[in-house]
This record gives sequence, structure tokens and C-alpha cells, in this order.
Amino acid sequence: MAKRIDVSGLTAFYGAHKAIEDISMTVEPRSVTAFIGPSGCGKSTFLRTLNRMHEVTPGGRVEGKVLLDDEDLYGSGVDPVSVRREVGMVFQRPNPFPTMSIFENVAAGLRLNGGYRKSELDDVVEKSLRGANLWNEVKDRLNKPGSGLSGGQQQRLCIARAIAVEPRVLLMDEPCSALDPISTLAIEDLIGELKERFTIVIVTHNMQQAARVSDRTAFFNLAGVGQPGRLVEIDDTERIFSNPSVQATEDYISGRFG
Amino acid sequence: MSTALTPRDGAGVRRGAGLPKWSLWAVAAGSVALAVGIGLVAGLTSHVQWGLIAALLFVLGTYGVAARAEGRRQAKDRVATALVWVAFLLAVVPLVSLVWTTVSRGVKVLDGYFLSHSMGLVADSEPGGGIYHAILGSLEQVGLATAIGAPIGVLTAIYLVEYGRGRLALAVTFFVDVMTGIPSIVAGLFILSLMLILDLQPFGFAGSLALAILMMPVVVRSTEEMLKLVPNELREASLALGIPKWRTILKVVLPTSLGGITTGVMLAVARIAGETAPVLLLVFGNPFINANPFEGAQASLPLYIYQQYAQSAGAGAAYDRAWAASLTLIAFVMILNLVARGIARWKAPKTGR
Ligand SMILES: Nc1ncnc2c1ncn2[C@@H]1O[C@H](COP(=O)(O)OP(=O)(O)O)[C@@H](O)[C@H]1O
Ligand SMILES: [Mg+2]
Repeated sequence: MAKRIDVSGLTAFYGAHKAIEDISMTVEPRSVTAFIGPSGCGKSTFLRTLNRMHEVTPGGRVEGKVLLDDEDLYGSGVDPVSVRREVGMVFQRPNPFPTMSIFENVAAGLRLNGGYRKSELDDVVEKSLRGANLWNEVKDRLNKPGSGLSGGQQQRLCIARAIAVEPRVLLMDEPCSALDPISTLAIEDLIGELKERFTIVIVTHNMQQAARVSDRTAFFNLAGVGQPGRLVEIDDTERIFSNPSVQATEDYISGRFG
Repeated sequence: MSTALTPRDGAGVRRGAGLPKWSLWAVAAGSVALAVGIGLVAGLTSHVQWGLIAALLFVLGTYGVAARAEGRRQAKDRVATALVWVAFLLAVVPLVSLVWTTVSRGVKVLDGYFLSHSMGLVADSEPGGGIYHAILGSLEQVGLATAIGAPIGVLTAIYLVEYGRGRLALAVTFFVDVMTGIPSIVAGLFILSLMLILDLQPFGFAGSLALAILMMPVVVRSTEEMLKLVPNELREASLALGIPKWRTILKVVLPTSLGGITTGVMLAVARIAGETAPVLLLVFGNPFINANPFEGAQASLPLYIYQQYAQSAGAGAAYDRAWAASLTLIAFVMILNLVARGIARWKAPKTGR
């Protein structure tokens, strides 16, 4: 089941460099939340703190709290590996495993984690590929390498791979920025379907995309050059795009800066 | 190439009439003929000099012909191509000559009998005998050295690339660098000193240990490079699925780089297969078959070659046996390389639609 995310007072560092500061927000289950803001303001960094991928970067460090329903992801004794099973991620560039077939790519999460029954695997793979709207395109070549697909198909393969492990939350970091408009549309449609089952957070540079797919939108900005990124405001997408409460948001959306 | 594009207007792209393909061959043939002429007239006895004159004439001739027919810029392009060809030939000539010499001298006594019999009681000056004992010794020593050196090397590289941070990683890198520079005879002496302390007689495995020392840094270096080629995005994709780091390395990183790692290990094996010095010190050599690498002196191919050659005074039966064994050693290394390439191709990340 989808879960709610509750962030409070979150600050993240790369070594001594403070990338984002004091971010608090709530993300409702079964909703789509879009992060917008100029490059370098820490959207990716913040996203990666939500499934503890931030600390994979050498020097990556986090202060503050992230509650998934009522469990603190950064609590002592919480295993980052188990956090990542609950909070899946799709990256900017499609990155299927090059040594694996389409089938193996989707099954990777289950296989490499163990604890599945062989008979389940076929079902899970089919269900995930259907869930990613890719089944009809690849059902005849499940044993072909995943890298042989087009960019848009590869990205949907990565989404199928992510949802195959049944996460509660799906994080997407600019999932369409390497794709053509048709593939982008396919993924946007998919996001609309996936939000029935998952809590979705998506970073995007495309205002129309944020307006089309999201229920809530968060605007991030830098307080100044060399300063850490901050959350400026988060509100219903409609309000952000029609009548934001902060001037900077309106300037950014209307293209006056950024 | 020169006809693929037709200039739309007179100006701009200028691709002269272009040289027909055969003209460069003609230039090459002409320069070789001229070089032979010059060599004969000037009385140069060394064929190397003939070759160098031909190469020089070829480069100059290419420039002259191309400059006249196609213009200066194309001529420069042709000269660059010609230089690459000349460099290629310079590199290939010694290789071909080496293989040719070895094959022509080696086939004399290389036959089934030679491969399946040991020297036994055959005196060095008599014909007969074989290298079975040396092949067996080489296989066992190199095999054991690989069984020790390759896993340690690969694991070290994994540590350095995937986990290594701070002082320890720096120290390990430093020692790997130092090990790369160890001369093989020194590795042999090191093990020999241990053997003297423990009062042991020469045996095959002692040689394996020295060979493993020589092999390890090579494996570490090549494996490190291969692991660094694996995009970080793949590691992150795997970690983000909730797969633990060690399984990510085992199931995603290693398979992706397996072809390259295998090639690196095979090259290291090829390198130690030809080592003579440590084997001479530690394994000693033995004309009889000794299949046990853990007890008693053994033979090995490079050592056999050395000993036969040293006995031969430049001719005779031992001399022929030395060349036949050399041919066997080259074939052994070549087969290993082919196997490595096969594995690399078979395991390479799959692309294509
Ligand atoms: N791996 C890293 N190491 C050090 N600093 C980083 C790293 N990744 C990002 N940063 C810094 O963190 C800040 C935020 O970057 P990022 O989260 O990528 O922004 P966005 O995704 O909004 O473009 C930037 O100042 C960037 O320089
Ligand atoms: Mg980013």
C-alpha cells in the first residue's frame, strides 16, 4: 500500500558543502508531487534523501527526519537497504542492466533479493511490464537484451523494474528529460495510472509536465549563489500555477528567471 | 570516398578528381623497387636499411602524387595515412619474423612423440626425448599461481574500486605499484629465502608462489580499470532496488565487466607462463615426469628452453628441442589469449536491437 511521507527539518551535505537546508513537507499517499526549480537548487539531492540514496555518494550526510507513515527512515537501526525496497527510484537516464535480458531486468529486484518462488516470477514480470505499459511491445522478446529497446521503452523498462519489487513510494528524477515527446507522453500517462497504487514524487524541468501530471507542486530555489537550496513553497498544483503565494514562484513559472 | 560527395557549387567543398585506389599501391611498389635499386647500387647489405628507404620513399611519393592530383590539404591527409601504415608495418615486421623463425625451426622435432614423452635418460646431445614433463610442470605451476593470484588480485581491485577510501586504500594502491616493479628474480629470491629458512628442497608450488606475486599486481591494475568502466548509474539502479551492496557488486558490476577482467587475467597468465628466473631458483628443473607440484623438482617450458639451449652450443638435437619447446610455449599463450577473447566476446554486455 502507498505510504505518506513526512519530512521535517531536513538538511543534506556533500562533505562540508551544505546542498539543501531545513526542508519540511508532507506528501500524501496515492498522489503525485512535482518538484520544480532551477538547476542546482537541490531537487535531486532532496529526492535522494527520501530513499537514503544520498549517503551512497561519498561524503553524503543528512540531518533531520523523514517519516514513512510513522517510521523514521533515519532512525537508528534502520537498514538503508530495506528503506530502498519500500521507496523505489527511476533515474534521469534509462539504465537497464546491460548483461540482463528484458525479463531478467524486471526480475532483478526479486531475484537478487531472494525470497521469491520461481512460479511467481513469470507473473510478477508480466504484471510489472503491463503496469509500465510495456508488455505488448516486448512480450515476444523477453529474452532479448534490455539495451536493445528504444530510449522511451528502456525508461518504461526501468519503471517496470522499480515497481516489480512493490515499493510504497516511487521517486522519479527527471524521468523524461532524455526522451522524445511521444515517449514522454507515454510516461506521463503511465504516471497517472501508477498513482492509484503508489505515492509518486517526480522532479521535472518541464512546467507543462508538472501541471499535467501532478496534484501538488513544490518549488525549490537557491537563497543566493553558494547558498544551500531551500523549499520556497508547496501547494496544490493549480494554485502554484495560477496564484502562487510567493513572488519568486510566479517569476520562475512565468519564465522571468531560472 | 572521394566520389561520395559531389560538390553542389564550384566553390566550397573541393574534392579534386581524386586518386584511384591503385595509384597508392603503385607508389608503394615503385618505392620498394626504387629502394631495392638504391640499396644494390649503394651496396647496402642490411635489408633493414632497404626497408627504411622504401618507407621514406613511400611517404614522400604519396605526398608528391597526392599534392599534384588532389591539392595540399588532401596530400597531408594521405601522408598521415601513409605514416600510420608505415608504423603498422614496423610493428608487425618483428612479430612476423619472430613467429616465422620459431615456427620454421620449431616444427623440426615437434610431433606427437615430442609432446607426449619426457627427456628421461636422453642425453642432451642425443636426439629424441620430449617436453611432456615440462608442459605438465608449466600447467601445474601456472595453474596454481593463477588459482592464488587471480582471486586475490580481483578481490583487491574490488576493494579499491568499490570500498576503498582513505589511508588503507592509498597504502594498498602504493604497494600494488611497488609490486608491479618487482623484478621476477627478486620475487624468486624472496620465496627462496623462505625455503632456506624452512629448509625445503625445490618444488613446483614454490615457483607458483613467486609467479603469483608477479601476477597479482597485473591483475589488480587491469581489473581496477575494468571496474571503473562500469557506469555508476548501474550501481545506483541496483542499490535503489533494495539490493545490498555486495550483491550489487556480485550480480551487476562483475558480470558487466567480466569480459574485460577475464582478458586481464589471461594476459597476466600469459606473462607468467614465460617466466624463467623464479622457476630456475625454486623449481630447479627435472628431466623426469613429476606430476606432484608439492614435492620434488619439476620442469617447466621456459626453463626447459633455457636449459636445452644452454646445452646445445647453438646447434644439434638440444637446439632443435629448444625451438620446438618455444613454439609450444607461444602456442600455449596464443591459445590462452584466444580463449580470453572468446570469453570476452561471449560475456560482453549485449547490445543491438
Ligand atoms: N555528487 C556530488 N558531490 C558534491 N556536490 C554535489 C553532488 N551532487 C550535487 N552536488 C551539489 O549539490 C547541489 C544540488 O545539486 P542537485 O541536487 O543535483 O540539484 P538539481 O537536481 O536541483 O539540479 C549543487 O550545488 C551541486 O553542486
Ligand atoms: Mg537534478
